[in-house]
Amino acid sequence: MNALRKLTVIESKLFLREPIGAFFGVAFPAVLVLVLGSAIPGFTDPSEDNGGRRPIDIYLPIVLALAIATVTMVTLLGVLSAYREKGVLRRLSTTPVSPMALLAAQLIVNVGALLIGSGLACVGAVVAFDVAAPENVGGLVVAFVLGSAAMCAVALLIAAVTPSARASSGLGTLVYFPMMFAAGVWTPGPIMPDAVRRVADFTPLGAASQAMQDAWAGSWPRPLHLVVMGGLTAAFGALAARSFRWE
Amino acid sequence: MTVIEVRNLAKRYGDQVAVRDVSFTVDAGEIFGIVGPNGAGKTTTVESVSGMRIPDSGTIRVLGLDPRRDRAELRRHIGIQLQESQLPDRLKVWEALDLYSSFYAQPADWRRLMADLGLTEKRNTVFGKLSGGQKQRLSVALALVGNPEIAVLDELTTGLDPQARRDTWELIRGVRDRGVTVVLVTHSLEEAERLCDRIAVIDAGRIVALDTPAALVANAVVPGVARPTLEDAVLALTNPLAR
Ligand SMILES: Nc1ncnc2c1ncn2[C@@H]1O[C@H](COP(=O)(O)OP(=O)(O)O)[C@@H](O)[C@H]1O
Ligand SMILES: [Mg+2]
Repeated sequence: MNALRKLTVIESKLFLREPIGAFFGVAFPAVLVLVLGSAIPGFTDPSEDNGGRRPIDIYLPIVLALAIATVTMVTLLGVLSAYREKGVLRRLSTTPVSPMALLAAQLIVNVGALLIGSGLACVGAVVAFDVAAPENVGGLVVAFVLGSAAMCAVALLIAAVTPSARASSGLGTLVYFPMMFAAGVWTPGPIMPDAVRRVADFTPLGAASQAMQDAWAGSWPRPLHLVVMGGLTAAFGALAARSFRWE
Repeated sequence: MTVIEVRNLAKRYGDQVAVRDVSFTVDAGEIFGIVGPNGAGKTTTVESVSGMRIPDSGTIRVLGLDPRRDRAELRRHIGIQLQESQLPDRLKVWEALDLYSSFYAQPADWRRLMADLGLTEKRNTVFGKLSGGQKQRLSVALALVGNPEIAVLDELTTGLDPQARRDTWELIRGVRDRGVTVVLVTHSLEEAERLCDRIAVIDAGRIVALDTPAALVANAVVPGVARPTLEDAVLALTNPLAR
């Protein structure tokens, strides 16, 4: 336990020493919200397309989904595959502490950064643009946690099946953009075509984004989305656990 | 007392045979050298002994433990310096030592180890900014920080300058004097001759000679050389053209 605590402290320090990672993990969602709200014309005006709501209101849960995707597909995945490639995991396996503890510490640090980053984005949106707080906080937390878990499982699986750090980041990018599309980054809220939505419902980030949008608007996430996120977490997590190589 | 026993170890990667048939024992408190040309199977042998690789056949006992079955228990008693492995680039020297010492129930005093290895000045330097020799010394320190009964050191002085090499030798002797058994894989026959109590010469996955440095030299038959050195002796054993 002492080792896990020490590992978590060290990995947090390393996370913050990597300026790009720290920026994307912690500051990026808030910066994005501020840029969208202040630089894009009409982003803070009520719109007929959205049933009278402002784009920024609809966009906030999508920004949270984007934050999940960025931390898992860029920072977490990047560190895990670099650690394996450089033999950091292998060296750890010469000690009584399992490299599994390092994985756990990495998950703690990245999820922590994600929580802080998402919190900052929410506070920024509420303070700067008067966005209403989520109506169903419990539902939002459930959707956020399940969505993060599913995307962490995707990151672990990609790290497990790719032979090198380059391949990992390549495959990560290949997954990152469609995931953002499924989350509605380019077609937020009601603008997303139905056909796209029916596919997006079955992707980890699409389900997370829909569930968070539902919760923000006051309802509970739909069972379909919860099942998709939970199921993908279990399936990808199990596959990753079976195929992860430590060296 | 025997602390390491290897019998008929064999390991191949695909159709590449790395270790054909290797047997030896190591006694408590000795510095046991393993020498031989590149690709002879030295790393595969010691990594099988330390449970980092799974042999195809043969039996290994280390401190009475099976390195595969009792992997977790063995980890507490053995310090391993791998030939190739790094640390995160932005990890500082003192952080690495502090972290690794937290993995053991009765760790060595890492500040003392840091001083013994001449790393105190570099305590706040990150791993990525260390020279090759400094990385190597940190690696040795990490192998010793758990107060192991056995230290397995794979090419620990490769890439060190002459002074750093001599300092490291002194350190290894100091470690042995504290009662630690040392298994030392090396390229350098000078190093083997000065440090090792016994040397196993490995070639193409087999042990071709195992004896004290003096006996290896005494028994050497090197045509055209009146007073062969250990290097002559080992080359004669491992170089097919010289046979
Ligand atoms: N992980 C591996 N995969 C495939 N071949 C390997 C691997 N490790 C070692 N080998 C091969 O096995 C042989 C012995 O290697 P090694 O034990 O590293 O020798 P040494 O340490 O004496 O240089 C070499 O031919 C090497 O190429
Ligand atoms: Mg080697």
